[in-house]
Amino acid sequence: MNKISIIIRREYLTRIRKRSFIVMTLLGPVLFAAMLVLPMWFATMETEDVKQIAVIDSSQLFINKIPETAKFKFTYAADVKLEDFKKNLAQTEYFGILYIPPYIAYTPRGVEFYSYRQAPANLTMHIANAIEKEIETDKLKAHHIENLDDILKSVKTHIDIRTFKISESGAEKESHSFLNMGVAYASALLIYMFIFLFGSQVMRGVIEEKTSRIVEVIISSVKPFQLLMGKVIGVALTGLTQFLAWIALTLVLVALAQNIFLPDLTREALQQANNVQVIGSLAGDSVQYSATTEKAREMLQMIQSINFGVLIGSFLFFFVGGYLLYGSLFAAIGSAVDTDADTQQFMLPITIPLIIAIMVMINAMQNPDGPLAFWFSIIPLTSPVVMMARIPFGVPYGELALSMVLLILAFMGAIWLSAKIYRTGILIYGKKMTYRELWKWLMYR
Amino acid sequence: MENILTTIDVDKQYGDTKVLDHIGINVPRGSIYGLLGPNGAGKTSLIRIINQITAPDSGEVLFMGRRLQRDDIAQIGYLPEERGLYRKMKVGEQVLYLARLKGLSNADAHQQVNTWFEKFGIQSWWNRKVEELSKGMQQKVQFIVTVLHCPSLLILDEPFSGFDPINADMLKNEILQLREQGTTIVLSTHNMASVEELCDYISLINRSRCILQGEVTRIRHEYKSGEYELCFEGDGAALMEALEAGGCRITGHKQEKQNVSVTVHATPGSGNDLLAKAISSVKVVSFSEMLPSMNDIFIRKVNEQH
Repeated sequence: MNKISIIIRREYLTRIRKRSFIVMTLLGPVLFAAMLVLPMWFATMETEDVKQIAVIDSSQLFINKIPETAKFKFTYAADVKLEDFKKNLAQTEYFGILYIPPYIAYTPRGVEFYSYRQAPANLTMHIANAIEKEIETDKLKAHHIENLDDILKSVKTHIDIRTFKISESGAEKESHSFLNMGVAYASALLIYMFIFLFGSQVMRGVIEEKTSRIVEVIISSVKPFQLLMGKVIGVALTGLTQFLAWIALTLVLVALAQNIFLPDLTREALQQANNVQVIGSLAGDSVQYSATTEKAREMLQMIQSINFGVLIGSFLFFFVGGYLLYGSLFAAIGSAVDTDADTQQFMLPITIPLIIAIMVMINAMQNPDGPLAFWFSIIPLTSPVVMMARIPFGVPYGELALSMVLLILAFMGAIWLSAKIYRTGILIYGKKMTYRELWKWLMYR
Repeated sequence: MENILTTIDVDKQYGDTKVLDHIGINVPRGSIYGLLGPNGAGKTSLIRIINQITAPDSGEVLFMGRRLQRDDIAQIGYLPEERGLYRKMKVGEQVLYLARLKGLSNADAHQQVNTWFEKFGIQSWWNRKVEELSKGMQQKVQFIVTVLHCPSLLILDEPFSGFDPINADMLKNEILQLREQGTTIVLSTHNMASVEELCDYISLINRSRCILQGEVTRIRHEYKSGEYELCFEGDGAALMEALEAGGCRITGHKQEKQNVSVTVHATPGSGNDLLAKAISSVKVVSFSEMLPSMNDIFIRKVNEQH
């Protein structure tokens, strides 16, 4: 045991002192923060760019009918030939030309848009929607219905479905699919990334020891199993360190970035949070009850609806458990080959379950209690990713326990198998490995 | 003499290939013991079993008279044929790490590393990475790693391969010095000159079997083939005539100033007859029986098997 701890210490210290580790630890949060902040920042930048569009309407039906937005302005050109305008487009301030043919109702594909730069999808969608709506209204009008405008207004409806889950004890709990999906997706993806990133680090560590030929010196002092365990655990600690450092740094960076780039937004958010509290005390006061405060209140409710104890606990369990299971398999691969390049053929059986897990995860987020999600969250090779996708929606404790126990058993089986391959593999050089050969190693005493 | 290491009927098989077939060796304490044999004979497999890297299929290994145990690795030093160190790790740190894996406490490890670094005059390498060292320098570090924990049994697999002449000589002196201090050394080698120079005992392993073993001097006497060296002054033709009449054959000769020395092949044990014939025809300056070199014995024994 003491020797394993000496090995763990070396594996851990040499890794966290590496320049690449420090760079990745510092750079990771910058990337995460950028992923979170940049879209918001772009959104604020986008408004400055107003696109002027010239409309040549041969049907005369849509003049001043296409609604303008903050980004798109429409000018209706009369008595201009499309061909002439197209030639002179570069000299004008217009972004593009919208051409509407004379008999639009019968030639719906006749609408054309010309521009030097690719027309953004939201612009063409906006125009198409406006024209469709206009034509629909016209066609309805042709039926001469009385008070058509009022009728149209009154039929307009928007539905929001609130979802509740009934627990076994009969209590109802409001669930929030959108937020749950976000949490599910993020945690499952993190586990997937962690397994790949640090699993392959274990593999490369084993290959390094093998190619530098130091391994035989070491296993004359410790059992191969001790070296294997020391490495797997040492890398796990490295990964956890990096992960925690990322979280801490990301939080700091996001806070900083919001203060620098979006001071208004944070102030607004703070105000909303305050408003929520105010509403609590001034329950009857209708003045404060704006749409934005309603959203903020919902957000708080949603966050409160997640069971964070179970979420964080199981995240750490599956994070570490999944890594240990795959890490020991990666180590076995590393021991069987001489170089990184030879790992391909053995990587496949490990990569496939992980990719299946990601595919099932997408499905599990939409239908967390379906049979597909259920089975793949129990099977150990896919359970770390798929179970994390289910947990935010609430998973019966029995299923969770079953999945965890199976994962532990699978890890013990995998490390046992890997140790057998490992102790033979690390001493064999320059031999082309086959699955048949690996099978033989498993059979050795 | 007491044996520090004994193997009894050790068998090892990988798949269908038998790599060790009833190997039994006895290594006397304080000796230098050579494991000889062509490539792939099974030497490294045997060494790995002694180091408990692999286990024998059957048979036993005794260390200091009792069954070899896991803890005994602290008393064994091993220099594998395939040598290497962590390339990116600093020398001092690395040697300390490997010493601690052998079971030394942190303080003892520090003390031993300092002693050995001083002895080799390499204290200044402490903070250098292994990849920055030359190959010869790396070999020194590697040797220190092997002996750092003062093992009572040292196992060197092809210790001279890859060493430059200067380091090989240093290694040889270290080996002899360690024997003086009571360390037993097992070395596997192809280098027959070093066997004659260093080894007290040998085992010759070929095709997974032990085909010859014992004390080096005894073996060389046993394999005498009747080669004599005769140095004389006088008429060489007369000598030749006299010897060939007695059924001997002159197989080589060389001129040394006024003396000529010849190598004579005769029936083993007929030295006196040969000398009598020589004395009658020339003036004999010196006469000796030639012992076969280990190289000759090695080649002969291995070829016998084929």
